[in-house]
Amino acid sequence: MKAREKRRVKTKTLWELFAGMLYISAFTFGGGFVIVTFMKTKFVDEKHWIDEQEMLDLTALAQSCPGAIAVNAAILVGWRVGGWLGMAAAVLGTIIPPMVILSAISFFYAAFASNPYVAMVLRGMQAGVAAVILDVVCSLGVKVFKGRSWLDIAILAAAFVATFFFKINVVYIILASALIGIGRVLWMKRKEAAK
Amino acid sequence: MIYLQLFWSFLQVGLFSIGGGYAAMPLIESQVVQGHGWLTMNEFTDLITIAEMTPGPIAVNSATFVGIRIAGVGGALVATLGCIAPSLVIVSILAKVYYKYKGAKSLDSVLACLRPAVVALIASAGLGILRNVVFSSNALGMQNVDWVGAVLFIAAFVVLRKLKWNPILTMALCGALGLGVNLLLHGLPG
Repeated sequence: MKAREKRRVKTKTLWELFAGMLYISAFTFGGGFVIVTFMKTKFVDEKHWIDEQEMLDLTALAQSCPGAIAVNAAILVGWRVGGWLGMAAAVLGTIIPPMVILSAISFFYAAFASNPYVAMVLRGMQAGVAAVILDVVCSLGVKVFKGRSWLDIAILAAAFVATFFFKINVVYIILASALIGIGRVLWMKRKEAAK
Repeated sequence: MIYLQLFWSFLQVGLFSIGGGYAAMPLIESQVVQGHGWLTMNEFTDLITIAEMTPGPIAVNSATFVGIRIAGVGGALVATLGCIAPSLVIVSILAKVYYKYKGAKSLDSVLACLRPAVVALIASAGLGILRNVVFSSNALGMQNVDWVGAVLFIAAFVVLRKLKWNPILTMALCGALGLGVNLLLHGLPG
């Protein structure tokens, strides 16, 4: 009897995880951090499944791992609340809305983009998206330069030259900067040990 | 075979895009435009525009869009799976490590070195898109400048940077202005 009741609670939790993420993911525009904010409202403030400090830690973790922040956060919250099944439920809820929307769009895209009016709208929007991306780049770049770390500025400059002018594969650039990062950690540890 | 290629390409996007948001963009470009030629630069720019206007992470949006165009619904599924597979593995391992040791300072320090590199990569991809907007063909020359695109870009950049306009609103306005100005300049198409 008790086991059955427990299972029912569990199924309900899984369903709430799935439906919650489905809803959040379908209506959240504007990237990873926005979705994490909505997740906090739903799972911390409303359901009390996770406490606030832990949610902050999970956010930091989601941000430090490779991949999309929204998917990473769903993995962490799902796993924390409902184990492996919870992880699956939360991830499915997160990826189904963009998959359905983009499938529909790509289905119509070919016919859509060859329409001359739509092409003009898209062309104008391309100018907008270039501005949005370069605006983000400026904000991020200013932060790097304000940090006044010569190593950071050198990495930024070298990575830019390598990708923009020499067309070096992006993967190698990321691996190289990770290696520099590991080197710096080891060097700092040695310096601390020498003190 | 094409399924394997899609899976492998988006696995790399998922594995090496660190920092969220636009970090996936340069990787998608290098796989999809330069690596396999699955999309032209113009289609890629449209894809980023669409991804920006719809909910969901850019990587998942791109995986679905590219997958379905190259190999139908099956392609969309394998590409999306490829792009979330590294997250599933790495995040669950790190979550266990995290709960055991609480706070990984070394990881933060490694990530600190990645951040400037990611900024540079996004800058480069953004400039690639800008080149596609300003020049109507691959040849860079004054006769190929798309003046409408160039002026729209500058106006959009100024209102975003100085007046902090909402990005989606700015893009929608750019679309409307692009249509209006081109109709005024060139008349009705066809």
